[in-house]
Amino acid sequence: MAEPILRLEGLNKSFGALKASDNVSLELYPGEIHALIGPNGAGKSTLINQISGALQPDSGRVYFAGEDVSELGMAARARLGMGRTFQVSSLAGEFSALRNVMLAVQSRQGSSFRFFKPVMSDRSLVDPAMDALARVGLEDRADVPAAELSHGERRQLEIAIALALGAKAFLLDEPMAGMGPEGSKALTRFLDGLRHEAPILLVEHDMDAVFALADRVSVLVYGRIIASGTVEEIRRDSAVREAYLGEGA
Amino acid sequence: MGEAMARNLITRENLITLVLLAALLVGPLVAVALDETFYVTLATRIAILALAATGLNLALGLGGLVSFGHAAFFGIGGYAAGILATHAFNGEPLIFGLSGTKNMLIIWLVGAVSAAVVAAATGLIALRTSGVYFIMITLAFAQMIYYFAISWPAYGGEDGLSIFVRNGFPGVNTLQPLSFFLLCFAVLIVGLVFFAVLKNSRFGAALQAGRQNETRLAAVGIAPFRIRLAAFVISAMMTAIAGALFADLNRFVSPAMLSWHMSGELIVLIILGGTGRLAGPLAGACVYVLFEFLLGGMTEHWQLFLGLVLLGVVLFARGGVIGLLAGRAHHG
Repeated sequence: MAEPILRLEGLNKSFGALKASDNVSLELYPGEIHALIGPNGAGKSTLINQISGALQPDSGRVYFAGEDVSELGMAARARLGMGRTFQVSSLAGEFSALRNVMLAVQSRQGSSFRFFKPVMSDRSLVDPAMDALARVGLEDRADVPAAELSHGERRQLEIAIALALGAKAFLLDEPMAGMGPEGSKALTRFLDGLRHEAPILLVEHDMDAVFALADRVSVLVYGRIIASGTVEEIRRDSAVREAYLGEGA
Repeated sequence: MGEAMARNLITRENLITLVLLAALLVGPLVAVALDETFYVTLATRIAILALAATGLNLALGLGGLVSFGHAAFFGIGGYAAGILATHAFNGEPLIFGLSGTKNMLIIWLVGAVSAAVVAAATGLIALRTSGVYFIMITLAFAQMIYYFAISWPAYGGEDGLSIFVRNGFPGVNTLQPLSFFLLCFAVLIVGLVFFAVLKNSRFGAALQAGRQNETRLAAVGIAPFRIRLAAFVISAMMTAIAGALFADLNRFVSPAMLSWHMSGELIVLIILGGTGRLAGPLAGACVYVLFEFLLGGMTEHWQLFLGLVLLGVVLFARGGVIGLLAGRAHHG
């Protein structure tokens, strides 16, 4: 098998007595969607935060694109190509959707220490940003301030930003949350194609989407990965059914 | 493209900026015609305070960095003017055998560079914190400089330092009130243009995004710290140049320019006028100085009334004067 793009090695993170990550190891390989599921409070978002650099683990390492990024901050990891979205949308609310994406284009092009050229007439920023918006179907909403977008649109915008960043891997934290059934379906189709561009670590509650998309599934319960395998293996796993899918009930 | 750019330039906000600038220009011209030079001084004061607050507006308005220590930079500019003029006057060398100067261009450069060094040092520490801690650390650094100035007898200590003859600018007779006003007015325009250009640039985009959502900025790969540090330094430099002009206006510099009252005054100007808005500091300075003049003549407690106005602005008109007149800010 090819080298993994993302590899976690024994991540541990505690908040007081609560063990949010308990010796978590996990790989993300090129071309795959690796779904991370688990009940509320299992530590999924905490794990994403440690991968993206928003949180420092108590111990363990994070390798990304062949590099040990454990000591790098969030911005440095993003520059290496980690495109993440947030469970609760995190956008520059006063800026239009377009300007939010343009920030990612600007970052990808290198320096933000340019003081004179106006961004709004800079085709090298606007055009790639519009392309990314068009890919998620937001081109008609380009001029709307992010804070005024609907919940689902904000999710799409976050994905557009990650696209514009030229991400080598996507970390998507519940991208379907708050979307209607139509939106979920459209997004499922979109992510299905996206995996060939860059692999996706997908945290998601929508089991239809997970089972439709995932090449592999890892199940996180109380901060620990209790099972990892293909969709079929996970469906059959009795521990998973008991702890999470609730089929015994 | 050209049309879109033209549309972007002719906004209500820009029109208001032009009207305010025109009023500020016409006032002193009329005053001179009527031989009322006092009003020229008043207008000069407005221009200088607007410039100082525009500097702060870069950090506070665009970056959300509530610096409660910008008096330090204002005062550093002022002392640069005072100290260099003093050495030029008495002929004693300054340091390293360098002599003083009466040339404003050199004074501004020295003031701005000194402020930049101090801002970089304080910013390196203060910008690791945020919110109230940032406010307190900037205040603490400014107070350190304030007490240093008070206890440093070489340059007047508590009594301050007089500038016997106003410093000069090549080709301008700065002793003439109107000429000096026009010089300050021109520098203010340069400052405002610089602010507007910076706001619309890549740097400005990153700076403003960091104010709106620090996590978002980091998530696209731009580390907020360096952007903010650069903004803090640039902001300090502009305020320092205003400080040098202020010292030359009063032909006097004292620790009062460095005190936290001054820092507070600059913040008040911005909030009154409109935080982060191009003409906010100018509008704020107009309101402030006119209040000081009109009510200050009637009662020493004019600041009480200013306080009421400020309260009204904070409660009912968050966007300040510019927000009332031009509506909400637009971000392309």
